[in-house]
Amino acid sequence: MLTLRDVSAGYGSFQALFEISLEVSAGEAVAVIGPNGAGKTTLLRVISGQLPILSGSITLQGRSLLGLPAHRFIEEGIAHCPENRRLFPRMTVEDNLRMGAFIPTARRHFAERLDWVYALFPRLRERRGQLAGTLSGGEQQMCALGRALMSHPKLLLLDEPSAGLAPVLVMQVFDLVRRIRAEGFTVLIVEQNIQQALELVDRAYLLEVGKVKLSGTAGELKNNQFLRQAYMGL
Amino acid sequence: MKRWLPYGCIALLAVVPFAPVPLYYLHLAILILIMGLICTGWSLMGKFGLVSLGHGGFMGIAVYPMALLWNHYGLTPWLGAPIGVGLAVLLGVLIGYPAFRFRVVGHYFALITLALGEVVRLSIIAARELTGGSLGMTPLRVQPITDVSWYAVQFTDKRYFYVIALVAWLGGLWAWRLVNRSMARSALEAISEDEVAAASVGIHVTSQKLRITLLSAAMTGLGAIMLGQYNQYLNPNSLSGISISLEIVFASIVGGMYTMLGPTIGALITIVFRESLRAYFGATLTGMAETIYGLLLILFIIFMPRGLWGFVVARFAHPTGDTSRLEVAATR
Repeated sequence: MLTLRDVSAGYGSFQALFEISLEVSAGEAVAVIGPNGAGKTTLLRVISGQLPILSGSITLQGRSLLGLPAHRFIEEGIAHCPENRRLFPRMTVEDNLRMGAFIPTARRHFAERLDWVYALFPRLRERRGQLAGTLSGGEQQMCALGRALMSHPKLLLLDEPSAGLAPVLVMQVFDLVRRIRAEGFTVLIVEQNIQQALELVDRAYLLEVGKVKLSGTAGELKNNQFLRQAYMGL
Repeated sequence: MKRWLPYGCIALLAVVPFAPVPLYYLHLAILILIMGLICTGWSLMGKFGLVSLGHGGFMGIAVYPMALLWNHYGLTPWLGAPIGVGLAVLLGVLIGYPAFRFRVVGHYFALITLALGEVVRLSIIAARELTGGSLGMTPLRVQPITDVSWYAVQFTDKRYFYVIALVAWLGGLWAWRLVNRSMARSALEAISEDEVAAASVGIHVTSQKLRITLLSAAMTGLGAIMLGQYNQYLNPNSLSGISISLEIVFASIVGGMYTMLGPTIGALITIVFRESLRAYFGATLTGMAETIYGLLLILFIIFMPRGLWGFVVARFAHPTGDTSRLEVAATR
Protein backbone atom coordinates (compact mmCIF):
# COMPACT_ATOMS: atom_id res chain seq x y z
CA MET A 1 0.00 0.00 0.00
CA LEU A 2 2.71 2.45 1.00
CA THR A 3 5.92 2.38 -0.97
CA LEU A 4 9.05 4.44 -0.39
CA ARG A 5 11.80 4.22 -2.99
CA ASP A 6 15.28 5.61 -2.32
CA VAL A 7 13.99 8.44 -0.20
CA SER A 8 16.53 10.97 1.03
CA ALA A 9 15.62 13.86 3.27
CA GLY A 10 17.16 16.26 5.71
CA TYR A 11 17.11 19.59 7.47
CA GLY A 12 19.04 22.34 5.73
CA SER A 13 22.51 21.04 4.93
CA PHE A 14 22.11 18.12 7.31
CA GLN A 15 20.96 14.92 5.65
CA ALA A 16 18.98 12.67 7.98
CA LEU A 17 17.76 9.93 5.64
CA PHE A 18 19.83 8.17 2.96
CA GLU A 19 17.97 6.34 0.20
CA ILE A 20 15.43 4.61 2.35
CA SER A 21 13.22 2.03 0.66
CA LEU A 22 10.31 0.67 2.60
CA GLU A 23 7.05 -1.14 1.92
CA VAL A 24 3.86 -1.51 3.93
CA SER A 25 1.15 -3.79 2.58
CA ALA A 26 -2.56 -3.45 3.34
CA GLY A 27 -3.53 -4.93 6.69
CA GLU A 28 0.05 -5.18 7.81
CA ALA A 29 1.70 -3.75 10.91
CA VAL A 30 5.25 -2.61 10.33
CA ALA A 31 7.70 -1.16 12.83
CA VAL A 32 10.62 1.14 12.26
CA ILE A 33 13.03 0.60 15.11
CA GLY A 34 16.37 2.06 15.96
CA PRO A 35 18.31 4.16 18.42
CA ASN A 36 17.97 7.89 19.09
CA GLY A 37 18.94 10.00 16.12
CA ALA A 38 18.56 7.18 13.62
CA GLY A 39 16.02 9.19 11.64
CA LYS A 40 12.86 7.38 12.71
CA THR A 41 10.84 10.49 13.43
CA THR A 42 12.20 12.17 10.33
CA LEU A 43 10.94 9.20 8.33
CA LEU A 44 7.43 9.63 9.75
CA ARG A 45 7.56 13.35 9.11
CA VAL A 46 8.35 12.55 5.50
CA ILE A 47 5.50 10.05 5.22
CA SER A 48 3.04 12.50 6.79
CA GLY A 49 4.12 15.33 4.50
CA GLN A 50 5.65 17.59 7.13
CA LEU A 51 9.08 17.38 5.57
CA PRO A 52 9.77 17.58 1.84
CA ILE A 53 12.12 14.95 0.45
CA LEU A 54 15.33 15.59 -1.48
CA SER A 55 15.02 12.64 -3.83
CA GLY A 56 13.16 9.39 -4.26
CA SER A 57 9.45 8.65 -4.41
CA ILE A 58 6.56 8.00 -2.06
CA THR A 59 3.35 6.39 -3.25
CA LEU A 60 0.18 5.33 -1.49
CA GLN A 61 -1.81 2.73 -3.40
CA GLY A 62 0.08 3.73 -6.52
CA ARG A 63 -0.64 7.47 -6.13
CA SER A 64 2.37 9.70 -5.68
CA LEU A 65 2.35 11.83 -2.54
CA LEU A 66 5.19 14.08 -3.64
CA GLY A 67 4.55 17.78 -3.32
CA LEU A 68 1.30 17.43 -1.39
CA PRO A 69 1.01 19.88 1.53
CA ALA A 70 0.82 18.34 5.02
CA HIS A 71 -2.89 18.95 5.57
CA ARG A 72 -3.75 16.99 2.41
CA PHE A 73 -2.15 13.75 3.58
CA ILE A 74 -5.05 12.94 5.85
CA GLU A 75 -7.43 13.27 2.92
CA GLU A 76 -5.26 10.73 1.11
CA GLY A 77 -5.83 8.40 4.05
CA ILE A 78 -2.69 8.84 6.13
CA ALA A 79 -3.31 9.75 9.76
CA HIS A 80 -0.32 10.76 11.83
CA CYS A 81 -0.31 10.33 15.56
CA PRO A 82 2.62 12.62 16.36
CA GLU A 83 5.37 12.22 18.90
CA ASN A 84 4.44 13.38 22.41
CA ARG A 85 0.76 12.95 21.52
CA ARG A 86 0.15 16.59 20.69
CA LEU A 87 -3.41 16.80 21.91
CA PHE A 88 -5.29 20.07 22.05
CA PRO A 89 -4.88 20.46 25.81
CA ARG A 90 -7.58 23.02 26.48
CA MET A 91 -10.22 21.20 24.49
CA THR A 92 -12.29 18.43 25.93
CA VAL A 93 -11.65 14.81 24.98
CA GLU A 94 -14.71 14.86 22.76
CA ASP A 95 -13.64 18.07 21.04
CA ASN A 96 -10.25 16.52 20.39
CA LEU A 97 -11.99 13.59 18.73
CA ARG A 98 -14.18 16.05 16.83
CA MET A 99 -11.04 17.71 15.48
CA GLY A 100 -9.85 14.28 14.34
CA ALA A 101 -12.87 14.24 12.04
CA PHE A 102 -12.17 17.75 10.72
CA ILE A 103 -11.90 16.91 7.04
CA PRO A 104 -15.28 16.95 5.26
CA THR A 105 -15.32 13.25 4.38
CA ALA A 106 -14.78 12.34 8.03
CA ARG A 107 -17.14 15.00 9.37
CA ARG A 108 -20.06 13.31 7.65
CA HIS A 109 -19.47 10.17 9.70
CA PHE A 110 -18.63 11.94 12.94
CA ALA A 111 -21.42 10.49 15.11
CA GLU A 112 -20.91 6.84 14.14
CA ARG A 113 -17.10 7.10 14.33
CA LEU A 114 -17.35 8.69 17.74
CA ASP A 115 -19.45 5.78 19.00
CA TRP A 116 -17.01 3.39 17.44
CA VAL A 117 -13.97 5.01 19.07
CA TYR A 118 -15.78 5.09 22.41
CA ALA A 119 -16.56 1.39 22.01
CA LEU A 120 -12.91 0.68 21.23
CA PHE A 121 -11.63 2.81 24.13
CA PRO A 122 -14.41 2.95 26.73
CA ARG A 123 -12.24 5.03 29.04
CA LEU A 124 -12.51 7.93 26.60
CA ARG A 125 -16.27 7.92 26.93
CA GLU A 126 -15.92 8.28 30.68
CA ARG A 127 -13.57 11.21 30.19
CA ARG A 128 -15.40 12.82 27.27
CA GLY A 129 -16.08 16.16 29.01
CA GLN A 130 -12.66 16.47 30.60
CA LEU A 131 -10.00 18.84 29.24
CA ALA A 132 -7.45 16.73 27.37
CA GLY A 133 -4.53 18.43 29.12
CA THR A 134 -5.73 17.06 32.46
CA LEU A 135 -5.73 13.41 31.37
CA SER A 136 -3.07 11.01 32.60
CA GLY A 137 -0.29 10.10 30.19
CA GLY A 138 -1.83 6.80 29.18
CA GLU A 139 -5.24 8.35 28.67
CA GLN A 140 -3.69 11.11 26.59
CA GLN A 141 -2.14 8.50 24.33
CA MET A 142 -5.51 6.80 24.09
CA CYS A 143 -7.10 10.11 23.13
CA ALA A 144 -4.40 10.75 20.52
CA LEU A 145 -4.98 7.30 19.01
CA GLY A 146 -8.72 7.89 19.04
CA ARG A 147 -8.29 11.23 17.34
CA ALA A 148 -6.17 9.70 14.59
CA LEU A 149 -8.76 6.94 14.09
CA MET A 150 -11.63 9.41 13.67
CA SER A 151 -10.67 9.96 10.03
CA HIS A 152 -10.72 6.17 9.46
CA PRO A 153 -7.31 6.23 7.80
CA LYS A 154 -5.98 3.70 5.32
CA LEU A 155 -2.64 3.99 7.05
CA LEU A 156 -2.03 4.95 10.65
CA LEU A 157 1.37 6.37 11.55
CA LEU A 158 2.33 6.08 15.21
CA ASP A 159 5.35 8.00 16.42
CA GLU A 160 6.71 6.48 19.64
CA PRO A 161 3.36 5.91 21.30
CA SER A 162 5.10 4.57 24.41
CA ALA A 163 7.46 7.53 24.84
CA GLY A 164 7.44 9.13 28.26
CA LEU A 165 5.13 6.57 29.84
CA ALA A 166 5.66 4.41 32.91
CA PRO A 167 6.47 0.75 32.10
CA VAL A 168 3.03 -0.48 33.10
CA LEU A 169 1.43 2.13 30.82
CA VAL A 170 3.74 1.15 27.98
CA MET A 171 2.21 -2.31 28.11
CA GLN A 172 -1.26 -0.78 28.06
CA VAL A 173 -0.47 1.40 25.07
CA PHE A 174 0.83 -1.58 23.13
CA ASP A 175 -2.38 -3.31 24.02
CA LEU A 176 -4.32 -0.38 22.55
CA VAL A 177 -2.34 -0.66 19.35
CA ARG A 178 -3.13 -4.37 19.29
CA ARG A 179 -6.84 -3.52 19.50
CA ILE A 180 -6.46 -1.11 16.60
CA ARG A 181 -4.72 -3.82 14.58
CA ALA A 182 -7.51 -6.24 15.35
CA GLU A 183 -9.89 -3.78 13.69
CA GLY A 184 -7.95 -4.33 10.48
CA PHE A 185 -6.01 -1.07 10.25
CA THR A 186 -2.68 -0.84 8.53
CA VAL A 187 -0.16 0.51 10.99
CA LEU A 188 3.34 1.90 10.67
CA ILE A 189 4.85 2.35 14.09
CA VAL A 190 8.11 3.97 15.13
CA GLU A 191 9.51 2.67 18.40
CA GLN A 192 12.58 2.61 20.57
CA ASN A 193 11.01 -0.11 22.61
CA ILE A 194 12.34 -2.75 20.26
CA GLN A 195 11.41 -5.92 22.06
CA GLN A 196 7.79 -4.99 22.61
CA ALA A 197 7.43 -3.50 19.17
CA LEU A 198 8.56 -6.78 17.64
CA GLU A 199 5.86 -8.63 19.60
CA LEU A 200 3.27 -6.43 17.97
CA VAL A 201 4.17 -6.20 14.29
CA ASP A 202 4.52 -8.46 11.26
CA ARG A 203 7.70 -6.93 9.91
CA ALA A 204 10.25 -4.35 10.95
CA TYR A 205 13.02 -2.15 9.62
CA LEU A 206 16.06 -1.28 11.72
CA LEU A 207 17.29 2.23 11.05
CA GLU A 208 20.80 3.36 11.91
CA VAL A 209 22.15 6.84 11.10
CA GLY A 210 19.59 7.36 8.38
CA LYS A 211 19.99 4.04 6.59
CA VAL A 212 18.10 0.76 6.67
CA LYS A 213 20.50 -1.54 8.43
CA LEU A 214 18.27 -4.59 8.69
CA SER A 215 14.80 -5.61 7.69
CA GLY A 216 12.70 -8.73 7.94
CA THR A 217 9.77 -10.36 9.66
CA ALA A 218 9.39 -9.85 13.36
CA GLY A 219 10.36 -13.46 13.97
CA GLU A 220 13.59 -13.15 11.96
CA LEU A 221 14.61 -9.98 13.69
CA LYS A 222 13.88 -11.34 17.14
CA ASN A 223 16.44 -14.05 16.45
CA ASN A 224 18.94 -11.84 14.68
CA GLN A 225 22.27 -12.01 16.48
CA PHE A 226 23.33 -8.43 15.70
CA LEU A 227 20.06 -6.94 16.85
CA ARG A 228 20.00 -9.03 20.01
CA GLN A 229 23.50 -7.99 20.95
CA ALA A 230 23.40 -4.34 19.98
CA TYR A 231 19.90 -3.40 21.08
CA MET A 232 18.49 -5.96 23.44
CA GLY A 233 21.58 -6.73 25.46
CA LEU A 234 21.02 -10.45 24.99
CA MET B 1 -37.71 37.32 25.97
CA LYS B 2 -34.01 36.53 25.81
CA ARG B 3 -34.29 36.10 22.05
CA TRP B 4 -35.56 39.63 21.58
CA LEU B 5 -33.08 41.29 23.90
CA PRO B 6 -30.40 41.94 21.24
CA TYR B 7 -32.95 43.38 18.83
CA GLY B 8 -34.31 45.61 21.58
CA CYS B 9 -30.82 46.89 22.29
CA ILE B 10 -30.16 47.57 18.63
CA ALA B 11 -33.44 49.45 18.32
CA LEU B 12 -32.54 51.47 21.40
CA LEU B 13 -29.11 52.31 19.98
CA ALA B 14 -30.74 53.32 16.71
CA VAL B 15 -33.07 55.87 18.29
CA VAL B 16 -30.44 57.38 20.62
CA PRO B 17 -29.41 60.19 18.24
CA PHE B 18 -33.01 61.27 17.80
CA ALA B 19 -33.43 61.82 21.51
CA PRO B 20 -32.12 65.10 22.91
CA VAL B 21 -28.60 63.81 23.55
CA PRO B 22 -25.88 66.43 24.15
CA LEU B 23 -23.56 66.63 21.16
CA TYR B 24 -20.52 65.72 23.22
CA TYR B 25 -22.05 62.40 24.21
CA LEU B 26 -23.06 61.70 20.66
CA HIS B 27 -19.45 62.38 19.70
CA LEU B 28 -18.23 59.89 22.30
CA ALA B 29 -20.77 57.31 21.15
CA ILE B 30 -19.52 57.59 17.57
CA LEU B 31 -15.91 57.16 18.67
CA ILE B 32 -16.87 54.17 20.81
CA LEU B 33 -18.74 52.46 17.98
CA ILE B 34 -15.85 52.96 15.55
CA MET B 35 -13.20 51.88 18.04
CA GLY B 36 -15.52 49.02 18.98
CA LEU B 37 -15.45 47.85 15.36
CA ILE B 38 -11.65 48.10 15.22
CA CYS B 39 -11.19 46.27 18.53
CA THR B 40 -13.66 43.57 17.46
CA GLY B 41 -11.55 43.12 14.36
CA TRP B 42 -8.37 42.92 16.42
CA SER B 43 -9.91 40.40 18.82
CA LEU B 44 -10.84 38.08 15.96
CA MET B 45 -7.09 37.50 15.66
CA GLY B 46 -6.20 38.01 19.30
CA LYS B 47 -8.50 35.38 20.68
CA PHE B 48 -6.83 32.76 18.51
CA GLY B 49 -3.40 33.67 19.78
CA LEU B 50 -2.49 35.91 16.86
CA VAL B 51 -1.42 38.94 18.85
CA SER B 52 -0.85 41.91 16.59
CA LEU B 53 0.87 44.99 17.93
CA GLY B 54 0.61 46.74 14.60
CA HIS B 55 -3.02 47.16 13.67
CA GLY B 56 -2.29 50.87 13.32
CA GLY B 57 -0.57 49.90 10.08
CA PHE B 58 -3.86 48.63 8.64
CA MET B 59 -5.51 51.88 9.73
CA GLY B 60 -3.01 54.22 8.11
CA ILE B 61 -2.77 52.36 4.85
CA ALA B 62 -6.56 52.33 4.51
CA VAL B 63 -7.47 55.89 5.45
CA TYR B 64 -4.76 57.94 3.73
CA PRO B 65 -5.33 56.69 0.17
CA MET B 66 -9.03 57.40 0.53
CA ALA B 67 -8.43 60.99 1.67
CA LEU B 68 -5.72 61.57 -0.95
CA LEU B 69 -7.91 60.24 -3.76
CA TRP B 70 -10.63 62.63 -2.64
CA ASN B 71 -8.35 65.65 -2.39
CA HIS B 72 -6.47 65.10 -5.63
CA TYR B 73 -8.97 63.39 -7.89
CA GLY B 74 -12.30 64.15 -6.25
CA LEU B 75 -12.98 60.43 -5.93
CA THR B 76 -15.94 59.87 -3.65
CA PRO B 77 -15.12 58.10 -0.36
CA TRP B 78 -17.69 55.48 -1.37
CA LEU B 79 -15.10 54.30 -3.88
CA GLY B 80 -12.07 55.42 -1.89
CA ALA B 81 -13.15 53.34 1.11
CA PRO B 82 -13.17 49.97 -0.69
CA ILE B 83 -9.80 50.86 -2.22
CA GLY B 84 -8.45 51.68 1.26
CA VAL B 85 -9.86 48.48 2.75
CA GLY B 86 -8.40 46.59 -0.19
CA LEU B 87 -4.98 48.06 0.54
CA ALA B 88 -5.28 47.07 4.21
CA VAL B 89 -6.10 43.53 3.10
CA LEU B 90 -3.14 43.58 0.71
CA LEU B 91 -0.87 44.67 3.55
CA GLY B 92 -2.35 41.79 5.56
CA VAL B 93 -1.29 39.36 2.82
CA LEU B 94 2.19 40.89 2.60
CA ILE B 95 2.79 40.51 6.31
CA GLY B 96 0.65 37.43 6.99
CA TYR B 97 1.59 35.07 4.19
CA PRO B 98 5.35 34.96 4.81
CA ALA B 99 4.86 34.98 8.59
CA PHE B 100 2.41 32.07 8.57
CA ARG B 101 4.09 30.16 5.78
CA PHE B 102 7.38 30.13 7.67
CA ARG B 103 5.75 29.48 11.02
CA VAL B 104 6.52 32.77 12.70
CA VAL B 105 4.39 32.40 15.82
CA GLY B 106 3.90 33.83 19.28
CA HIS B 107 6.23 36.59 20.36
CA TYR B 108 8.01 36.65 17.04
CA PHE B 109 4.78 37.30 15.21
CA ALA B 110 3.96 40.11 17.64
CA LEU B 111 7.37 41.67 16.96
CA ILE B 112 6.87 41.60 13.21
CA THR B 113 3.54 43.37 13.55
CA LEU B 114 5.09 45.88 15.91
CA ALA B 115 7.33 46.94 13.07
CA LEU B 116 4.39 47.02 10.68
CA GLY B 117 2.56 49.83 12.48
CA GLU B 118 5.68 51.96 12.71
CA VAL B 119 6.71 51.42 9.10
CA VAL B 120 3.36 52.71 7.91
CA ARG B 121 3.52 55.69 10.25
CA LEU B 122 7.04 56.64 9.19
CA SER B 123 6.14 56.23 5.53
CA ILE B 124 3.21 58.59 5.92
CA ILE B 125 5.43 61.13 7.65
CA ALA B 126 8.13 60.74 5.02
CA ALA B 127 5.67 61.43 2.21
CA ARG B 128 5.32 64.92 3.66
CA GLU B 129 4.45 66.72 0.41
CA LEU B 130 1.51 64.43 -0.12
CA THR B 131 0.27 63.67 3.37
CA GLY B 132 1.24 66.77 5.33
CA GLY B 133 3.63 64.72 7.43
CA SER B 134 3.15 64.71 11.17
CA LEU B 135 1.04 67.86 10.97
CA GLY B 136 -1.68 65.78 9.41
CA MET B 137 -4.05 66.58 6.60
CA THR B 138 -7.64 67.64 6.12
CA PRO B 139 -9.97 66.30 3.45
CA LEU B 140 -11.13 69.16 1.25
CA ARG B 141 -14.57 70.56 1.96
CA VAL B 142 -17.08 69.58 -0.68
CA GLN B 143 -17.90 72.39 -3.16
CA PRO B 144 -20.36 74.03 -3.10
CA ILE B 145 -20.47 73.82 0.68
CA THR B 146 -23.56 72.04 1.96
CA ASP B 147 -24.60 70.62 5.29
CA VAL B 148 -25.30 67.17 3.94
CA SER B 149 -23.18 65.70 1.18
CA TRP B 150 -23.59 61.97 0.66
CA TYR B 151 -21.18 62.15 -2.25
CA ALA B 152 -18.33 63.48 -0.10
CA VAL B 153 -19.63 61.76 3.06
CA GLN B 154 -19.40 65.10 4.85
CA PHE B 155 -22.15 65.97 7.29
CA THR B 156 -22.32 68.85 9.73
CA ASP B 157 -24.91 66.86 11.68
CA LYS B 158 -23.21 64.15 13.77
CA ARG B 159 -26.28 61.96 13.66
CA TYR B 160 -25.45 60.84 10.13
CA PHE B 161 -22.10 59.55 11.28
CA TYR B 162 -23.69 57.91 14.27
CA VAL B 163 -25.96 55.84 12.06
CA ILE B 164 -23.12 54.94 9.68
CA ALA B 165 -20.90 53.93 12.60
CA LEU B 166 -23.70 51.91 14.18
CA VAL B 167 -24.29 49.98 10.96
CA ALA B 168 -20.57 49.29 10.52
CA TRP B 169 -20.23 48.19 14.14
CA LEU B 170 -23.19 45.83 13.79
CA GLY B 171 -21.54 44.48 10.66
CA GLY B 172 -18.44 43.79 12.73
CA LEU B 173 -20.45 41.88 15.32
CA TRP B 174 -22.11 39.94 12.54
CA ALA B 175 -18.68 38.97 11.18
CA TRP B 176 -17.68 37.85 14.68
CA ARG B 177 -20.78 35.70 14.88
CA LEU B 178 -20.17 34.15 11.48
CA VAL B 179 -16.62 33.21 12.47
CA ASN B 180 -17.80 31.86 15.79
CA ARG B 181 -20.29 29.53 14.17
CA SER B 182 -18.02 28.31 11.41
CA MET B 183 -15.59 25.41 11.18
CA ALA B 184 -12.88 28.07 10.92
CA ARG B 185 -13.35 28.75 14.60
CA SER B 186 -12.59 25.13 15.57
CA ALA B 187 -9.70 25.11 13.16
CA LEU B 188 -8.24 28.32 14.58
CA GLU B 189 -8.70 27.16 18.15
CA ALA B 190 -6.87 23.96 17.28
CA ILE B 191 -4.11 25.96 15.59
CA SER B 192 -3.73 28.23 18.60
CA GLU B 193 -3.26 25.16 20.81
CA ASP B 194 -0.90 23.16 18.63
CA GLU B 195 -0.06 23.87 15.00
CA VAL B 196 1.55 20.50 14.29
CA ALA B 197 -1.44 18.62 15.65
CA ALA B 198 -3.80 20.90 13.74
CA ALA B 199 -2.01 20.15 10.47
CA SER B 200 -2.06 16.44 11.30
CA VAL B 201 -5.87 16.39 11.40
CA GLY B 202 -6.06 18.09 8.01
CA ILE B 203 -6.25 21.79 8.84
CA HIS B 204 -4.56 24.11 6.37
CA VAL B 205 -2.77 26.17 9.00
CA THR B 206 -1.43 28.94 6.75
CA SER B 207 -4.69 29.58 4.96
CA GLN B 208 -6.82 29.58 8.11
CA LYS B 209 -4.54 32.08 9.82
CA LEU B 210 -4.31 34.22 6.73
CA ARG B 211 -8.07 34.38 6.27
CA ILE B 212 -8.75 35.58 9.81
CA THR B 213 -5.90 38.11 9.49
CA LEU B 214 -7.39 39.53 6.31
CA LEU B 215 -10.82 39.82 7.88
CA SER B 216 -9.27 41.58 10.85
CA ALA B 217 -7.28 43.92 8.61
CA ALA B 218 -10.38 44.78 6.59
CA MET B 219 -12.42 45.62 9.69
CA THR B 220 -9.60 47.72 11.09
CA GLY B 221 -9.15 49.55 7.79
CA LEU B 222 -12.85 50.28 7.61
CA GLY B 223 -12.82 51.63 11.16
CA ALA B 224 -9.88 53.90 10.36
CA ILE B 225 -11.64 55.20 7.27
CA MET B 226 -14.66 56.12 9.34
CA LEU B 227 -12.50 57.81 11.98
CA GLY B 228 -10.74 59.92 9.38
CA GLN B 229 -13.95 60.78 7.60
CA TYR B 230 -15.75 61.63 10.84
CA ASN B 231 -12.97 63.79 12.26
CA GLN B 232 -12.26 65.28 8.82
CA TYR B 233 -8.66 65.21 9.92
CA LEU B 234 -5.92 62.63 9.43
CA ASN B 235 -2.85 62.42 11.59
CA PRO B 236 -0.22 59.70 11.22
CA ASN B 237 0.30 59.55 14.97
CA SER B 238 -3.33 58.81 15.74
CA LEU B 239 -4.15 56.74 12.65
CA SER B 240 -1.03 54.56 12.49
CA GLY B 241 2.01 53.71 14.52
CA ILE B 242 2.55 52.15 17.87
CA SER B 243 0.38 54.24 20.14
CA ILE B 244 -2.96 53.57 18.46
CA SER B 245 -1.92 49.96 17.89
CA LEU B 246 -1.38 49.47 21.60
CA GLU B 247 -4.56 51.32 22.43
CA ILE B 248 -6.47 48.75 20.37
CA VAL B 249 -4.72 45.91 22.17
CA PHE B 250 -5.34 47.43 25.62
CA ALA B 251 -9.01 48.10 24.97
CA SER B 252 -9.55 44.57 23.68
CA ILE B 253 -7.83 43.02 26.68
CA VAL B 254 -9.62 45.20 29.20
CA GLY B 255 -13.02 44.53 27.66
CA GLY B 256 -12.33 40.89 26.96
CA MET B 257 -11.32 39.60 23.55
CA TYR B 258 -13.04 36.22 23.96
CA THR B 259 -16.57 37.59 23.99
CA MET B 260 -18.47 39.28 21.21
CA LEU B 261 -19.19 42.49 23.09
CA GLY B 262 -15.97 42.52 25.09
CA PRO B 263 -13.86 44.55 22.62
CA THR B 264 -16.60 47.17 22.34
CA ILE B 265 -16.95 47.38 26.11
CA GLY B 266 -13.18 47.82 26.20
CA ALA B 267 -13.37 50.66 23.68
CA LEU B 268 -16.10 52.25 25.78
CA ILE B 269 -14.05 51.98 28.96
CA THR B 270 -10.89 53.38 27.39
CA ILE B 271 -12.60 56.30 25.69
CA VAL B 272 -14.79 57.28 28.62
CA PHE B 273 -11.91 56.83 30.99
CA ARG B 274 -9.49 58.92 28.99
CA GLU B 275 -12.04 61.67 28.47
CA SER B 276 -12.96 61.85 32.15
CA LEU B 277 -9.33 61.81 33.29
CA ARG B 278 -8.59 64.54 30.81
CA ALA B 279 -11.50 66.57 32.09
CA TYR B 280 -10.36 66.01 35.67
CA PHE B 281 -6.65 66.61 35.36
CA GLY B 282 -6.95 69.04 32.47
CA ALA B 283 -3.70 70.49 31.28
CA THR B 284 -2.03 69.98 34.65
CA LEU B 285 -0.24 66.71 35.23
CA THR B 286 -0.04 65.66 31.62
CA GLY B 287 0.61 61.95 31.38
CA MET B 288 -1.40 61.22 34.52
CA ALA B 289 -4.21 59.66 32.50
CA GLU B 290 -1.77 57.31 30.80
CA THR B 291 -0.15 56.37 34.08
CA ILE B 292 -3.42 55.49 35.77
CA TYR B 293 -4.50 53.72 32.65
CA GLY B 294 -1.33 51.63 32.57
CA LEU B 295 -1.78 50.67 36.21
CA LEU B 296 -5.35 49.60 35.59
CA LEU B 297 -4.23 47.52 32.65
CA ILE B 298 -1.78 45.61 34.82
CA LEU B 299 -4.50 44.98 37.39
CA PHE B 300 -6.84 43.75 34.67
CA ILE B 301 -4.34 41.34 33.23
CA ILE B 302 -3.64 39.90 36.67
CA PHE B 303 -7.14 39.69 38.07
CA MET B 304 -9.40 39.55 35.03
CA PRO B 305 -7.41 37.95 32.24
CA ARG B 306 -10.56 37.43 30.21
CA GLY B 307 -11.47 41.08 30.49
CA LEU B 308 -14.29 42.84 32.22
CA TRP B 309 -17.01 41.60 29.94
CA GLY B 310 -15.60 38.07 29.82
CA PHE B 311 -15.71 38.11 33.62
CA VAL B 312 -19.30 39.31 33.72
CA VAL B 313 -20.45 36.79 31.13
CA ALA B 314 -18.74 33.92 32.95
CA ARG B 315 -20.25 34.97 36.29
CA PHE B 316 -23.66 35.31 34.74
CA ALA B 317 -23.52 31.93 33.04
CA HIS B 318 -22.11 30.06 36.03
CA PRO B 319 -22.74 32.04 39.21
CA THR B 320 -21.26 29.42 41.53
CA GLY B 321 -18.88 27.85 39.34
CA ASP B 322 -15.72 26.08 38.86
CA THR B 323 -13.23 28.03 36.83
CA SER B 324 -12.36 25.56 34.09
CA ARG B 325 -15.99 25.63 33.02
CA LEU B 326 -15.98 29.41 33.36
CA GLU B 327 -13.21 29.62 30.83
CA VAL B 328 -15.12 27.51 28.36
CA ALA B 329 -18.31 29.50 28.91
CA ALA B 330 -16.53 32.79 28.42
CA THR B 331 -15.38 31.83 24.96
CA ARG B 332 -18.82 30.94 23.64
